[in-house]
Amino acid sequence: MSEGYAIDISGLNKSFGDKHAVNDVSIQVEQGEIFGFLGPNGSGKTTTIRLMCGLLVPDSGSGTCLGYDILRDSEQIKRHVGYMTQKFSYWEDLTIRENLDFVARMYEMPNRPEVVERALEGLGLTKQADQLAGSLSGGWKQRLALASCMLPNPKLLLLDEPTAGVDPGARRDFWEELFRLSAQGISILVTTHYMDEAERCHKLAYIAEGRLLTQGTPSEIISSQGLNTWAIYGENLADLSGKLQNQPGVEQTVLFGTMIHVSGKNGEMLESTLRTVTSGTAFRMEKMATGLEDVFIYMMKQSSKNSGAKT
Amino acid sequence: MTSLIGFSFSRWWSMVLKEFIQLRRDRLTFGMIIGLPIIQMALFGFAINSDPKHMPTAIISADQSEMTRTFIASMKASEYFEIVGVLPSEEAGRAALAQGKVQFVLNIPAGFTRSVLRGEHPALLVEADATDPVATGTALASVGQFASSVAAKDLTGPLKSLVGGKAPFEVRVHRLYNPEGITQYNIIPGLMGLILTMTLALITGLAITRERERGTMENLLAMPVKPIEIMTGKITPYIFIGLIQATIILLAARFVFRVPFAGSIITLYLTVLLFVVATLTVGITLSSLAQNQLQAMQMTMFYFLPSMLLSGFMFPFQGMPKWAQYIGNLLPLTHFNRLIRGIFLKGNQWWDLWPDIWPIIVFTLVAMTIAVKVYRRTID
Ligand SMILES: Nc1ncnc2c1ncn2[C@@H]1O[C@H](COP(=O)(O)OP(=O)(O)OP(=O)(O)O)[C@@H](O)[C@H]1O
Ligand SMILES: [Mg+2]
Repeated sequence: MSEGYAIDISGLNKSFGDKHAVNDVSIQVEQGEIFGFLGPNGSGKTTTIRLMCGLLVPDSGSGTCLGYDILRDSEQIKRHVGYMTQKFSYWEDLTIRENLDFVARMYEMPNRPEVVERALEGLGLTKQADQLAGSLSGGWKQRLALASCMLPNPKLLLLDEPTAGVDPGARRDFWEELFRLSAQGISILVTTHYMDEAERCHKLAYIAEGRLLTQGTPSEIISSQGLNTWAIYGENLADLSGKLQNQPGVEQTVLFGTMIHVSGKNGEMLESTLRTVTSGTAFRMEKMATGLEDVFIYMMKQSSKNSGAKT
Repeated sequence: MTSLIGFSFSRWWSMVLKEFIQLRRDRLTFGMIIGLPIIQMALFGFAINSDPKHMPTAIISADQSEMTRTFIASMKASEYFEIVGVLPSEEAGRAALAQGKVQFVLNIPAGFTRSVLRGEHPALLVEADATDPVATGTALASVGQFASSVAAKDLTGPLKSLVGGKAPFEVRVHRLYNPEGITQYNIIPGLMGLILTMTLALITGLAITRERERGTMENLLAMPVKPIEIMTGKITPYIFIGLIQATIILLAARFVFRVPFAGSIITLYLTVLLFVVATLTVGITLSSLAQNQLQAMQMTMFYFLPSMLLSGFMFPFQGMPKWAQYIGNLLPLTHFNRLIRGIFLKGNQWWDLWPDIWPIIVFTLVAMTIAVKVYRRTID
C-alpha cells in the first residue's frame, strides 16, 4: 500500500432511478485521520460509503480505499476495511459470542477463540457473552457492532452514524475509543448529526442533496464561509427572530432556548442592524465565534437556494 | 485453508453453522417443519381421505329376480351404497350422475337372470362418478365380491354346476369423468412432494429475505464471503430438514397408513434429495426477487398453488386439459409425484424413473441460473 490517502475518491456518481443520490463527490481522507462526514437526512452519506466499500457500483467516477480500486478490488477492500452499517446489522438471534465468532470465521482468522475472548474482554461483555445480541440495549449494540467490525483489524473504518441513539456517556467512551484507534494509525470515516462530534474530527466534509459542499478542517470550513455571528440573549426571542428576518445584513437566525445566533457575511451592516433593533430593549448582544452548526445550516440553505434557482 | 476456485469451505461451513443455530432458536419455523407434515397427513390421510360410506346409488332395473335382489342386498350390506331410487333408463342414469345426484348407477340389463341360468356369464354394469376417485375407489373395489355372494346364496344345488368354479356373472365397472381411478395409496406418497414444496420453498425464501429485511445482508456482503458461499451455506441446513420431513412422511406412510412400499429406500432418498435441491433453488430464486418476507411468502404461494393443482396431486394428470398438462410438466412436483408413486407402489428402478428425473434436473439448473443472475443484481 502506498503512503497515500486512506480514501481517495473522485467524481463519484450514483443514481437510483431519477434520484441523483451521489453527485460528483470527491473525498480525500489521510491515514490515521478521523474524518467527519456530515449532511442532512437523505443527502447521500450512506450511499457514498456503500460506493467506497464496493457494496454499490458507481455510475461513474473512480477511487481507491487503502490503495485498492473500489471498482476492481472489492475483494481486498472487504478484507481490510471495517464497515459499520447505520442500522444494527448483526444477528439478533445469535449470542454476542456467536456473532463475534461468526465474523472471525468469515475473515478466516487464525486462533479464533482467543481473538473472540479478547474482543469480549475489550467490550466488557465476557459475562454476558452468551446472551442474545437482540437483548442488548441500543448503546451496547453499537459497541458490539464496533467491536465486531474492529475484530479483523481493519486499517480503515467506515462508521455510519455509530452514535445515533447512544447516551452521552457511551458516546464519549465511543469517541475515546476512536481516538485510541486513530492514534494507532487507523483511518476512520464517520458520519454523524451531532455537532460536538463534528468538532472533534480532524477533518470534515459536508454533503447536501448528493453534492459535496465543503471539505477541510473544522476551522477552515468555518472561515471559508466568512460569516460573522452575534448572540442575542433575552426573553421572547421567537418574536425577535421573526422581526430580524430580511433586515439588512441578517442572513440567518438560529434560535436556541435562551439565545439567538444571528449570522451574515457583511459584519458591519449586521452589527448596525442589531444595534438599532436591540437598543433600548432588554436584549443583550454579544459577538461570538461562528460555530460549525451555523455554518452548516447556512450552507444547507445556500445549496437548496441554488438548486431551487436552477430547476 | 481449503478453497476451490475461490470457494472457501470454512466460510461455507460457518454459514451452515450460523443457519443451524438460528433455526434452532426460531421456534415457529421449527414447529412448522415438524408440525406441517403431521397436520397435512392428518388432514389428507384421516379426514379427507376417510373412507366414505352410504353413497347415493340409483338402480336401473330391467330385470328382477331373487338373484338381483340378493345382489342389491349385499350392496346395501357393504354400507358403501345407499339405494336412493330406481331410474327408468340409462339416459336418466347418466343425467343423475352428471348432476351429482347419485354417485353410482347399477344397471341390470333385461334378461339378466335368464342369461345367468343359461350359463352365459352376462355382465352387470356399475357406473360411477369417479370425479373424486378417493371417494369411489374402495366402494368400486368391493362390487366384484357381490357376485360371489349371489352365487353362494341363490345358485345352490343343481344350479351350482352353472357356475363351473367361476362367478356366475361379471360386474363391469365404468369410472366416469376420471378414468385413472387413483386409490388412497396415492395420496400419502403424493403428500411428500407437496409438503416439501410448501415448507422448503417458503423457509429458504424467508431465511434469505429475513437477512435483507433486518439489514444483516448488507453486513454479510461487506465481509469477504462470496454470494455462492452465502447461498449454498444458507440452503445446506434445509437439505437436512427436507430429508427429516421425508422420513417423517415415510414412517407415517408405512406404519400409520400402511401404504405398501415396493421400491428401494436408497432410490427413494436420492430422489427426495434431488427434489429437495430443486425446491430450495426455487426458494432462493423467489427470495432474490422478493424485497421482504411478506413478498417471499406471497411468491411462494404463486409457486405452490400451481404445483398443488397441476401436478396430478389434486386432479388426475391425464384428466387435465392439454395446456394444464404442459404447465404441469414444467413443475418438478409433477415429476416427483410420478417418481415417488413409482417407487412406492410399483417398485420402479432407475431406468423406469429416468424420464421423470431429467426434467427435475433441467428445472434445477435453469432455476439456479436465474437465482445467480438475479442475486448479482440485487447486491447493487
Ligand atoms: N437502494 C436505494 N434505492 C433507491 N433510492 C435510494 C436507495 N438508497 C438510497 N436511496 C436514496 O438516495 C438518497 C440518499 O440516501 P442515503 O441513505 O445515502 O442518505 P443519508 O445521507 O445516509 O441519509 P441519513 O442521514 O438519513 O442516513 C435518498 O434520497 C434515498 O432515498
Ligand atoms: Mg444514512
